[in-house]
Amino acid sequence: MSTPLLSVRDLVIKFPTRHGPLTAVDGVSFDLAAGEVLGVVGESGAGKSLTGSAIIGLLDPPGHIASGEIYLKGERIDNLRPEEMRAIRGRRIGMVFQDPLTSLNPLYTIADQLIETIRTHLRLSEREARKRAIQLLDDVGIPAASRRIDDYPHQFSGGMRQRVVIALALAAGPELVIADEPTTALDVSVQAQIIDVLKEQCTQHGASVILITHDMGVIAETADRVAVMYSGRIAEIGPVREIIQNAKHPYTSGLMGSIPTLAQEEDRLVQIPGSMPRLSDIPPGCPFNPRCDKVFDKCRVHRPSLIPVENREVACWLYEDTEARGAAT
Amino acid sequence: MEAVSNFLASDLFYRFRKSPVAVLAFIVTAVLVLSALFAPLIAPQNPFDPGSLNLMNGFSQPGEPNQFTGETFMLGTDDQGRDVFSTILYGLRISLFVGFSAVMFAMVLGSVLGLIAGYTGGRTDTIIMRIADIQLTFPAILVALLIFGIAKGITPPSYRDEVAIWVLILAIGLSDWVQFARVVRGATLVERNKEYVQAAKLIGRKPMAIMLKHILPNTLGPVLVIATISLALAIIAEATLSFLGVGAPPTQPSLGTLIRIGQGFLFSGEYWILLYPAVTLLALALSVNLLGDWLRDALNPKLK
Amino acid sequence: MTEISAQPETPLIQVDNLSCVFDVSKPWLNRVVEREPKQFLRAVDDVSFEIRKGETLALVGESGSGKSTIAKMLVGLLEPSAGTILFDGQPMIIDSSERMMELRKRFQMIFQSPYASLNPRWKVADVIAEPMVVLGVEKDSAKIQARVDELLELVGLSAADGSKFPHEFSGGQRQRIAIARALSSNPEFIVCDEPTSALDVSVQAQILNLMRDLQDQLGLTYLFISHDLSVVRHMANRIGVLYLGALVEIADSKELFKAPQHPYTRMLLDAVPDLEMTGRQRKEVEGEIPNPINPPSGCTFHPRCPFANERCEREVPGWTQTRFGVAACHGVGEGRIPAAEITR
Ligand SMILES: Nc1ncnc2c1ncn2[C@@H]1O[C@H](COP(=O)(O)OP(=O)(O)OP(=O)(O)O)[C@@H](O)[C@H]1O
Ligand SMILES: Nc1ncnc2c1ncn2[C@@H]1O[C@H](COP(=O)(O)OP(=O)(O)O)[C@@H](O)[C@H]1O
Ligand code: SF4
Ligand code: SF4
Ligand SMILES: [Mg+2]
Ligand SMILES: [Mg+2]
Repeated sequence: MSTPLLSVRDLVIKFPTRHGPLTAVDGVSFDLAAGEVLGVVGESGAGKSLTGSAIIGLLDPPGHIASGEIYLKGERIDNLRPEEMRAIRGRRIGMVFQDPLTSLNPLYTIADQLIETIRTHLRLSEREARKRAIQLLDDVGIPAASRRIDDYPHQFSGGMRQRVVIALALAAGPELVIADEPTTALDVSVQAQIIDVLKEQCTQHGASVILITHDMGVIAETADRVAVMYSGRIAEIGPVREIIQNAKHPYTSGLMGSIPTLAQEEDRLVQIPGSMPRLSDIPPGCPFNPRCDKVFDKCRVHRPSLIPVENREVACWLYEDTEARGAAT
Repeated sequence: MEAVSNFLASDLFYRFRKSPVAVLAFIVTAVLVLSALFAPLIAPQNPFDPGSLNLMNGFSQPGEPNQFTGETFMLGTDDQGRDVFSTILYGLRISLFVGFSAVMFAMVLGSVLGLIAGYTGGRTDTIIMRIADIQLTFPAILVALLIFGIAKGITPPSYRDEVAIWVLILAIGLSDWVQFARVVRGATLVERNKEYVQAAKLIGRKPMAIMLKHILPNTLGPVLVIATISLALAIIAEATLSFLGVGAPPTQPSLGTLIRIGQGFLFSGEYWILLYPAVTLLALALSVNLLGDWLRDALNPKLK
Repeated sequence: MTEISAQPETPLIQVDNLSCVFDVSKPWLNRVVEREPKQFLRAVDDVSFEIRKGETLALVGESGSGKSTIAKMLVGLLEPSAGTILFDGQPMIIDSSERMMELRKRFQMIFQSPYASLNPRWKVADVIAEPMVVLGVEKDSAKIQARVDELLELVGLSAADGSKFPHEFSGGQRQRIAIARALSSNPEFIVCDEPTSALDVSVQAQILNLMRDLQDQLGLTYLFISHDLSVVRHMANRIGVLYLGALVEIADSKELFKAPQHPYTRMLLDAVPDLEMTGRQRKEVEGEIPNPINPPSGCTFHPRCPFANERCEREVPGWTQTRFGVAACHGVGEGRIPAAEITR
């Protein structure tokens, strides 16, 4: 297999506190192939955003990478100096955040911001950069882009702003775009438009995408593979369609059942009892064990790591013998 | 008991322990406040009881036996033979009493007006906040002087010394309520739109109950910070007024009065009559202020 | 307004021609200097509906469509600019009369944000007891305590949780506390304004199930507000669809999903992501919500409607009876809108 575009190995993120360090992300590993869209889902606090921030080197102190490695095209990027990382951010990795206003400076016009980003990373003249900027805005579906480029962010609606942020993320032709909850702050009818633009533009520019969201519907329509996170760990990772239609990890299947759908006929939703543990009291063994209906003794003591099952990986002891079988053959 | 153990386990106390400046400032403040409280027990003499004074002891050098009587005074004596250490303890009492009372007065007045302005809005809000704005354009000390002057004008001379302390409290308090009003109004504007206030309105709670039971407790954090910082300012304001001769009367001297009296002896070489009260005032104002600054940072979630 | 079938019993809630207009003008001085007239925003525009005892009526619509404004008027937090609300035949008039205080015992509200809806300085037990105490439902303090414990257990918490403060709970648990508070005065009618939209799906499932169980147990009537059609589908007997402050369609819940009539309803349904992977192609929605200060003429939906014609731009549509409800659309009235293709 060729080197993946992005490879995260055993990522551990900790926060020092006065009661000792809290482990917010604990041993996350995954690969992302070029051109692939990886969805990351999970409840709030599962560690999705932290994983994303770690990849782009924007962890808020005192949070830090305690161990593990991150490789971009085989080159290690988690231990770069801040200025080296700054050169990668924007140029090789683009970002789209939940609130478009955090990515746009209200004091500058859209043109200023786009052209500056383009010229920081690409050797283009002011004129060429402006042309590219208009082209980008046009691509993300801003009507009359050549006129509206000189507007300020507040003159755009929420959906339009998020389109501009997508244009900004793609301005320097990155290999990877990390989108953290890009549609959560938007109206339902606009969400679909933004997801479509994001996916279409990334495909066109050949960029891989990590799409972080708590909305399974968005993942279902957009991602190739999905990683389901729980308590700072990946519970299950694999092709979207298979995981949605036939989840293997008990948490994933509970999660899928709890989503109300239009087609469902029965009145009660499946519900997982209890709630995700706080970081300070994640139980030993499998972090899901107090809520799991398939729990057995081993789960309470030993922590399952990702076990390959068919073409996905599941962190659950139920699939242990599958691995043994796989190794035997 | 539970409250104490909760406090000892709290983040606030943890951060306090980790800040040497805060701990030091707290210790200095506590020592000063306690010695003021227990002044009659600690002070070697009551400097305002003429019976206990001996004029022969006048101008004793600090720490040296008096040339006539052979008595030794740690911080020396003034022209009347009053022990400077004792006058400081008693002066500290007056200064702290005026400071605390003035801040309490300003806090209650400011918080109530701020709460009403923020919650009712409209014209009431405009009137209250315009008065506050206008008052802010004058220096606080000027406002205090003005109020002091007016109060003096309307009280008969025979009562003046008796009411002087209360006038002082009123003057400093009135010059200081604006900050409290502004902060409480700001917090009220935020809180009144929160859903818990809607939930209370929905069951027909009266505005008064909503303001006092729901909103007020949620504005106390910033009020506490301002109160601490104001205390330092009020103590300095009191000292300034007394230094100018319009504050505490010589029969009830505060630290400011002592400094005023002391400066008359500075050039004749009896430096201690001025120096020690001044150092005490500085230590008190500085430590209270540092405590206030620390509290502000500790309660500000953005700086965490 | 023509409702589906005239019900013999009085509905619990009867709303007639309800409107709410906000004055969003700039301050007087700015208006004079910039020579601008006063500006008004019709947040709710001539809305009528009724809710029968024991049923759940849902209101759906996008942000700014007036859902919360209607909710606030129904529970007396906001005065309507026009129109009437009858609660069990009695007019809702916001005052502090004896009659109104009696009426207040009978309705309650659950809010969207589990973080802002509980006073952070109050113990949970006091939060839950407040409606009971203020409305005088229960006076004896031992009985109040017992009732609080009972309520905590009813919503799936434990009696010991009463002595904690809200920050010690997760979002889902706080919403349970908010539900316990809403039940404290034994109301018949509860307005739920997006009670789960701030929660994760797995927590949402717990809360929705709880709300349904409570409805069955206590015979509650809900007005359930949401922007999420799949959630509404789970909770409601009937659904009203709002667009720019006006109702555009009301229909029986199951039928609305089988045969949406109004073009906007269809658009909303098409925008729901396809989780079952049935291969249903989600249609991209055109355009964005117009500025409510200057709503479009005629049918306010016409700039985004694929079936709009010249009459739609001119004339405000009235109600047309559909098979299981009503819709406000010229196209539906003229029968020129093709039946929706249902892949569900
Ligand atoms: N107090 C107010 N003053 C002025 N305009 C207001 C006020 N309250 C609401 N509005 C406006 O009225 C319209 C309807 O608001 P409302 O809060 O009812 O929407 P909503 O459907 O609940 O939306 P959301 O999904 O965002 O909660 C919006 O355009 C809003 O900006
Ligand atoms: N600055 C911080 N200090 C302490 N804990 C933090 C901090 N930032 C995040 N966390 C914790 O790390 C966990 C994962 O957070 P995050 O990645 O933001 O979750 P999400 O999956 O919702 O994006 C959460 O429990 C969160 O409370
Ligand atoms: S490892 Fe055990 S507890 Fe964890 S999900 Fe699997 S069966 Fe459940
Ligand atoms: S009235 Fe006309 S514009 Fe409005 S929804 Fe119906 S067809 Fe579309
Ligand atoms: Mg996040
Ligand atoms: Mg709302």
